[in-house]
Amino acid sequence: MKTDSRLEKVLATGELAVTSECGPPRGCRPEKVKEKAALLKDHVDGVNVTDNQTAMVRMSSVTAGILIKQMGLDPIIQMVSRDRNRLAMQSEILGAYSFGIDTMLCLSGDHAKFGDHPMAQGVFDIDSIQMVKMVRQMRDDGLFQGGAKIDGPPKMFIGAAANPFADPFELRVMRLAKKVKAGVDFIQTQCIFNLDKFEEWMKGVVDRGLDEQVHILAGITPMKSVGMARYMKNKVPGMDIPDAVIKRLEGVPKEQQPEEGIKMAVEAIERLKQVKGVHGFHIMAIEWEEKVPQIVEQAGLYPRPKV
Amino acid sequence: MITAEQKPIQEIIGYIAPYRRILLAGCNECVTVCAAGGRKEVGLLASALHLNHLKQGKNIDIREITLERQCDPEYVEELAPYIDGVDAVVSMACGCGVQSIAARYKKTPVFPAVNTRFMGASLSQGVWSERCKGCGDCVLGITGGICPVARCSKHLFNGPCGGTSNGQCEVSPDIDCAWRLIWERLKELGLESRYEELMEAKDWRPGGAGGPGTIIREDLA
Repeated sequence: MKTDSRLEKVLATGELAVTSECGPPRGCRPEKVKEKAALLKDHVDGVNVTDNQTAMVRMSSVTAGILIKQMGLDPIIQMVSRDRNRLAMQSEILGAYSFGIDTMLCLSGDHAKFGDHPMAQGVFDIDSIQMVKMVRQMRDDGLFQGGAKIDGPPKMFIGAAANPFADPFELRVMRLAKKVKAGVDFIQTQCIFNLDKFEEWMKGVVDRGLDEQVHILAGITPMKSVGMARYMKNKVPGMDIPDAVIKRLEGVPKEQQPEEGIKMAVEAIERLKQVKGVHGFHIMAIEWEEKVPQIVEQAGLYPRPKV
Repeated sequence: MITAEQKPIQEIIGYIAPYRRILLAGCNECVTVCAAGGRKEVGLLASALHLNHLKQGKNIDIREITLERQCDPEYVEELAPYIDGVDAVVSMACGCGVQSIAARYKKTPVFPAVNTRFMGASLSQGVWSERCKGCGDCVLGITGGICPVARCSKHLFNGPCGGTSNGQCEVSPDIDCAWRLIWERLKELGLESRYEELMEAKDWRPGGAGGPGTIIREDLA
């Protein structure tokens, strides 16, 4: 074991891992973090805490992660390169690990254009792959990115994202290979709606033997309505929503669409369980955390392994 | 070259409101090429300011001059014969030119008439696009001649990010994804394998993080 991460331990058992996420509030309401996290308790092996997601100011991911850790859950703090330079990132990591947070996700982050501070200067001192390498060096070599020795290095289980659906498709396996080379331990993918394309990507991943070097958690998002599906198709960058998904939701009355969305999510999990190299699922139920336990249970992923 | 665009006329009028005798100085270099502050634009701006003051019933005296280079003390010196006869200078050069005038003529206020935008190249008549951030450590030799610092909205060194859509940047469908361009170029050159080489975290000091840059060429100085 490289770390004390619960996610690492679950993945080491060979069981399918389950993670979900909790977006921190846009204000000083710690109770909101706790309410959301409580909905996920016992049903997941880790809770991603998003970092100013879609470039909107929120409670910091490390702070919300500490609140979640104190509830006895296992936060996976997300960190975007948009908002911090390498000094700020490393100091946050030291702070997070001092509170027992041992799992994190390294991301570039949505451009500030999408948020409520489009006039802000993005930092982008290092990119997500360089961040992975930095965190690995902090853990394995006990060195800061600048080369100095760390007095008590943080032992982070290191994650990153992969979007098999963004262009150019032919680069997407190579980009994963780069993240593996940088030292990533696990990958959480973009929400998968185009299962055929995801499987094609996974075939490329397996053909190169990357599945032996990194744990891939397939991203699952239940659709709440056909409106949400259309919005994601048209407005969210890098999202691939096949017309069949929209047609299926259109085919049921509005009040039954949430249920249909959950059914589709469970079906996707069942199909992807069979895909070689998929070691778990990352369930992103956007502002719908209360449905995660139901999805986990219906997909046969409950109870979670005791590690 | 350095590109610039003229400021809104009302902003320029606001700057010069307290003054009557104005020296309007263009520059014959970059701002002439990008049609923001050359001799022609000096004439047009002078006419616009005259017209505005006429409408307001105010008197203004504008002397027009276009220097070979406003960023060069040798040419900035050419303003010396006129400077005592004016209340303010309006410069149509880039920020380098404005500051050269401010440094040389300490008692006369100087105002910018253009917004300096970026180092760019001309794509076609009337179209300029950003190409260089002056990062001080050029990587074009390993990125197929396409700059990730200037042309990727997140200046990623190991892109593309997950936001690329139809080959375009997530910031705008009008912006090409720099990493899509880099990848296509590497393929054309038969250098695909280079993509998987990790590009290390950048040292930003030569590009400004180390403080304002200065070049001293001992052989010329």
